[in-house]
Amino acid sequence: MEDMIFYDRMQFAFTITFHYLFPQLTMGLSLLIVYFKWRYLRTHEESFNHAAKFWMKIFSLNFVMGVVTGIPMEFQFGTNWAKFSELTGGVIGQTLAMEGMFSFFLESSFLGLFLFGEKLLGQKLHFLTGFLVFLGSWASGYLIIATHSWMQHPVGYEILENGKFVLNNFAALFSNPWLIPSFLHNQAASLVTSSFVMAAVGAFYILNKKEAEFGKLFVKTGVYFGLAASLFVAFPSGDMLAKNVVKYQPVTFAAMEGVFETEEGGAEIVLIGQPNILEKKLDNKIAVPGVLSFLTHQRWNATIYGLNEFDEKLYPTNIAGLYYAYHIMVGLGTIFIGLMGLSLFFLIRKKLFSTEWILWSLVFALPFPYIANISGWYTAELGRQPWLVYNLLRTVEGASPTVSSGNTLFTLLGFIGLYFLLGMLFLLLAGRIIKHGPNPQID
Amino acid sequence: MELFWYIALLFMLTVYLVLEGYDFGAGIVHLFFAKSEEDKKMITKSIGPFWDANEVWLIASGGVLFFAFPTLYASSFSGFYLPLIMILWLLIFRAIGLELHGFVNNHLWKSIWNTSFGVASLLLALFFGIALGNIVRGVNLGMVDNGVSTQEAHYFFLPLWNSTFSPQANHLGVIDWFTVFLGVIAVIALTIHGANWVIFKTSTSLNQKLKKVVFTMNFALFAFVIVSLLIWHNIQENPYENFNNHPWLWIFPVISFVGIFGLFKVKSYKDGMGFLFSTLFLVGGFVASAVSIFPKMLPSTNDVNPSLTLYNASAHEYGLSVGVYWFVIAFALVSLYFIVQHKVFKGKMDHIHYGDH
Ligand code: HDD
Ligand code: HEM
Ligand code: HEM
Repeated sequence: MEDMIFYDRMQFAFTITFHYLFPQLTMGLSLLIVYFKWRYLRTHEESFNHAAKFWMKIFSLNFVMGVVTGIPMEFQFGTNWAKFSELTGGVIGQTLAMEGMFSFFLESSFLGLFLFGEKLLGQKLHFLTGFLVFLGSWASGYLIIATHSWMQHPVGYEILENGKFVLNNFAALFSNPWLIPSFLHNQAASLVTSSFVMAAVGAFYILNKKEAEFGKLFVKTGVYFGLAASLFVAFPSGDMLAKNVVKYQPVTFAAMEGVFETEEGGAEIVLIGQPNILEKKLDNKIAVPGVLSFLTHQRWNATIYGLNEFDEKLYPTNIAGLYYAYHIMVGLGTIFIGLMGLSLFFLIRKKLFSTEWILWSLVFALPFPYIANISGWYTAELGRQPWLVYNLLRTVEGASPTVSSGNTLFTLLGFIGLYFLLGMLFLLLAGRIIKHGPNPQID
Repeated sequence: MELFWYIALLFMLTVYLVLEGYDFGAGIVHLFFAKSEEDKKMITKSIGPFWDANEVWLIASGGVLFFAFPTLYASSFSGFYLPLIMILWLLIFRAIGLELHGFVNNHLWKSIWNTSFGVASLLLALFFGIALGNIVRGVNLGMVDNGVSTQEAHYFFLPLWNSTFSPQANHLGVIDWFTVFLGVIAVIALTIHGANWVIFKTSTSLNQKLKKVVFTMNFALFAFVIVSLLIWHNIQENPYENFNNHPWLWIFPVISFVGIFGLFKVKSYKDGMGFLFSTLFLVGGFVASAVSIFPKMLPSTNDVNPSLTLYNASAHEYGLSVGVYWFVIAFALVSLYFIVQHKVFKGKMDHIHYGDH
């Protein structure tokens, strides 16, 4: 059974990872575009409107990619995880159907107006349509994370004799203690991505001595938003999430942190080290005593439970992967705060735009928020394994009974080929837009 | 409650058919009839601001199906695994063909994406017709072999085709002569529908020619529809049973025929009317096929396992009832967006520009 679902899992992991490369920019960038539009309304400076238009081009390209890779996600619950859909559809079908009805309609209807309607609508209404696109994309994030949170921490349901989950409390889906921290953290993380992208494009223009005025605007905006978002990602939102994991999934937490043995009287936090699953220890460890206890329980000597406390059947299936995913996310998060903090320091001292090394750092930082976001999701998803619905439904029990692994392999290969093409096209076209630049004179 | 969600779902799918139907059709017109780059551009412009919202009707219908009829969602999506994934791939090619062709000003680039858009539209129209055929024909639920289910009663898996291509074979395939026949009807009907949209929303040099195309193709449509009614008996035992029990249901086939007859006069009336008639045809025909199998939603072709109906495939009562509250609100909002969208882009759309500067 385990290997029969191998391709199902690969396909889901591959398609969702690829999908999520796009919405993380959509959600953050829509906020930044609305910000530019708002500044334009307030100041009537044309450069803000040109900036908004330039980012709208990137946005619309990114959006199409998000849409075409999103539709397969919606279908895959039924195609590859039919048993899971049948059993839990009565509960998470709610949030997924709401996502379609409340957010996708909002986004897609007003995006058409936002892209094609500036002249017809006038500036104020055009701003409004942009705002509604932003609202739609954040609502979509909210509802999908409500779904995800239910899988991590199921609430408001009861299980019938035939194994079906039925909803008995609608409100509980939205007051799920997992939901708000997850949502805040995720949205902040998507703002990190878009701020870094904006700063990187800006820094590139300045270094390239082309469009330097726009470059400065982009870098400045990217740095302000980027620093605020990076701080927020770590505290309070990341911290809140971590506390949830300790509380509701202690075995996951032990694996994330690489704690093999319970540490009484204060647990150390591991900065670097490779988990050695066979011998149940970390190799080449560098750690700071007491900090993990303090961060999780605000006491330097609080006990942290290690994996040894739990039944092996409950262990996350991929402890090493989980550990790395978590450490990559947190490590990058720390670096982001450092880089953006430093940039702000130079900005305030009016040296940022002439300090080449830091501009180069901003350019090369571009892929890392994507890596951090994906690592965060791998932390969440690997941490939930071997469960589809935590503690209630195992992943092996969720797959489609009649779809053979040969068919899944066939479609997986198809998706890989197709998405490779999409990725190349995206890079090519985004590159052209950036090369063309925001200047309206060269149209 | 089940009935409410059945009607809601049927309504959403009908809207999807009408809306995305015209932009599939526009794709087919774009492939076969638009020769100049100028005309092609006008056609894509006339669907540019709409297609994504149109496609959301499919996504949202999928969501409602998942939520209200989880058993049917699970059974049919895994059973029609291969064709569904192929539909997804086609939707991807269509969307990127439409959106990307304008990014680079090079004729090779443009012709690749124009073709991708057109061919994907054509195949999608065909596939959706085939899908409808599969639903009314039914499937071998539980994969019964020699009177024994080899799977749980509501699961199945269909290969793309079997060597006989017969809708009465023991081992059915997705593609057989009956489903392909409905696929062809769908292609013809959506081409007409799309042509009507282009006539309605643009003033391309094609419009006069397209009216002739609609007129000629309508003969074919009429003939095919008549033939399909005759062969329907081979597929379904009693296709008219529901209609005879509830005579008001005849209104749907009637609407459909009003649509067809109206289309014959396409050359003589205002540009928007043709679109109205093709809409009537689609709505009437689609709803009539769906209600002909009511209360079944996916018929079983064997005697061992029962068909999936709105009653045995639905979610639990509480969930369905709370759903009504948010659905009504969401639906009101969606209608509002729709009105705003079509108010802003009313009339001919020749002068709309992307980014509009
Ligand atoms: C730019 C991206 C990014 C950055 C810098 C961080 N995160 Fe994160 N993290 C995410 C992006 C992300 C994410 C992809 O958005 C996740 C996946 C699920 C979710 O809601 O957010 C996530 C999940 C996630 C989880 C939940 C794991 C689970 O559900 O089992 C925890 C405990 C943290 N994060 C903690 C942190 C901490 C303490 C950080 C300190 C710097 C941090 N994250 C930085
Ligand atoms: C919030 C919406 C999401 C939902 C409802 C969701 C749901 C699921 C489901 C049903 C599976 C399949 C079963 C399994 O193998 O665990 C899965 C697996 C997975 N998802 Fe998510 N997912 C979501 C978001 C994401 C995102 C954004 C990513 C990454 C960028 C991601 C990464 C993965 C990975 C890597 C797996 C495979 C894990 C494994 O099989 O070991 N997920 N998720
Ligand atoms: C398994 C989980 C997921 C499913 C089923 C799913 C489904 C979809 C679908 C169907 C679309 C296209 C909508 C359209 O046509 O306008 C889409 C786009 C989108 N999704 Fe996902 N998605 C998933 C994961 C996520 C996650 C984890 C997020 C963010 C937290 C997200 C945020 C978005 C956003 C903002 C869009 C709209 C714009 C864009 O994609 O760039 N999705 N998604």
